[in-house]
Amino acid sequence: MSFTSSIKTLWHKLGSPRWFYQMSGPWVIGFGIAALVLLGVGAVWALGFAPPDYQQGNSFRIMYVHVPAAMVAQSIYMSMGVAGLVLFVWRMKLADVAIAACLPLGMVLTALALFSGGVWGKPTWGTWWEWDGRTVSTLVLLFLFIGIYALREAIEDAGLKARASALVAMIGTINIPIIKYSVEWWHTLHQPASFTLTEKPAMPPEMYLPLLVMVLGMYAFAGHNIISRMRNQILVRESRTHWVREAMATGG
Amino acid sequence: MLTLVELACKRDERTLFAPLSETVTPGECVALAGSNGSGKTTLLRTLAGIHSQFEGSFQCEPFLYQGHRIALDELLNPLENLHWFGALDGRTVSDDALRDALARVDMLPYALTPCGRMSQGQQRRITMARWLLSARKLWFLDEPLTALDRQGQVVLNDIIASHIDAGGAVFCATHASLDVAAREITLAPLTEAP
Amino acid sequence: MGGLLRREWQVLARNRAQVINPLAFLFLAVMLFAVGGPLEDNTRAQYGGAVLWLIVLLTNMLSLDALFRRDYDNGVLEQVVCGADVPFLVILLRIGMQWLSTGALVTLLAPFLCLLLGLPGHVTATAMLALALGSPAISLLGAVGAALTVGFSRGGILLGLLVLPLLLPVLIFGTSAINQEVAGITNNAQLYWLGFISMVALTIGPFATTAGLRISLQMQ
Repeated sequence: MSFTSSIKTLWHKLGSPRWFYQMSGPWVIGFGIAALVLLGVGAVWALGFAPPDYQQGNSFRIMYVHVPAAMVAQSIYMSMGVAGLVLFVWRMKLADVAIAACLPLGMVLTALALFSGGVWGKPTWGTWWEWDGRTVSTLVLLFLFIGIYALREAIEDAGLKARASALVAMIGTINIPIIKYSVEWWHTLHQPASFTLTEKPAMPPEMYLPLLVMVLGMYAFAGHNIISRMRNQILVRESRTHWVREAMATGG
Repeated sequence: MLTLVELACKRDERTLFAPLSETVTPGECVALAGSNGSGKTTLLRTLAGIHSQFEGSFQCEPFLYQGHRIALDELLNPLENLHWFGALDGRTVSDDALRDALARVDMLPYALTPCGRMSQGQQRRITMARWLLSARKLWFLDEPLTALDRQGQVVLNDIIASHIDAGGAVFCATHASLDVAAREITLAPLTEAP
Repeated sequence: MGGLLRREWQVLARNRAQVINPLAFLFLAVMLFAVGGPLEDNTRAQYGGAVLWLIVLLTNMLSLDALFRRDYDNGVLEQVVCGADVPFLVILLRIGMQWLSTGALVTLLAPFLCLLLGLPGHVTATAMLALALGSPAISLLGAVGAALTVGFSRGGILLGLLVLPLLLPVLIFGTSAINQEVAGITNNAQLYWLGFISMVALTIGPFATTAGLRISLQMQ
């Protein structure tokens, strides 16, 4: 078997919900364990051992929730764009399962990023809400998620739902860099004085290493959450097929 | 002109009818039968490239499609509408050809009346003029008899008959029967797989 | 091509409400903003640009909702998708017409609008240039939302929800271009950005709109 043809077989396999379901069982466990360990270690390290910030005291520790949530939420939107491309070009059903699984987690994490940003802003800026560049970018991301969600709710036919949301996710993904850039531009014009919290040039390793661990942990959690949602979705969508009934009967 | 291979249309992940294999040759009129909801309209829309959820495959040469929707702009008169259909095809239709076509469907007096002011049946007649002006040989017609009066039905049968005589083919979904000799295909409901 | 263009023009000429209503709304909105607050004498120059772009965006949303609706209902759209040599071209023409009846028209009326909004006279040329460069993006990206929501009887709100976040950069650079001009600071970068966003919208918009219409047509 030549190289290209084996790639093709792998691609077809990847597109098959059944193959994905059968392969992904261990992945869920793996990501789950990784998430538990990383988030556990990261949280203890971040809350107990990282030094307090010389300006903000202990309130900066909210960063260890805020930054991972915001980063992972953005990555989730980008992955939805990629899944959308896969669905549009190769009509791969699994891609829609992925989009459907990404949506709720993406919305929750974006909302968490906004909320934790508010909690962080209160002691730092003295206000729950500040129209900071980052806040606006995150809020736009939330609206992009809500747009796809609303469109999916409005369309009844499963196949059309998939194609419509794939299209919107792709266009959103193309536009995100322009949106982010423009918002940063807007921000510097309006509030040149406000200091950025997370991009302080000299964050010592004792502070950013736990952040790194928390970010990795959040990615692992997202992997765990999305793959287990996808597995549930596959069972629901394929519930009439032979292999699902068999899998249910054997408890696998 | 048209070949279907194990074609089965789907809607919302549900297959509508048992896979269909057919060939339509020049000079043939095929009438698609089947109860309400059996998927006749969806099949025609699939062949026309509007509906994209199906299994199996099909091949067809350039076609003309007439759906339930009349596809005439209410604000424009028949002449303007028909000119546009020519442009859509990449052709310019001469005024003489337009008049002949409208005369054939008895709508010449209405040539300058906005389509929005016409009755359903009159609009249907204008669409028949569109078929006459089209260069396409394969026609997909969805319930062509709808809203036509007795005389309109005669014109319709006449148009279909001469299209077939000229080596064209018609693939239509209809409840009432045409006067033209037509081969009938029935869409069978799907038998549940074991 | 000529025949296709002629029809778009005929429809636009006979459907004057489609041109006049958004325009009337535009001026009504200007009045509401003026009476409602932010255009006090000392803040006019500061907020005028933002108000202008907001009004243009909202007017466009109203106009875009009607972009494909008639053709979707009467079956012309399915003929375009299944019968035309190049469906893409017909759809691009239609979007162009929508732009003529909103973006281009607003650009021409910009001197008048600037006057009503209390922007200083030397800003007029910049405002026109910014509108000319930025408004195509509104029509082109908006058309994608219009295509995806045409199948719902009340698609208006969903259209805004899908499209307005994508148009945030147009609002930001458009407003900034006018504000910089008011303050007498160079604004080339903003204008380049507006042009760039419209180019991106032209690259992806018509294709995505065609794809969106193909999806919506299957809901019938």
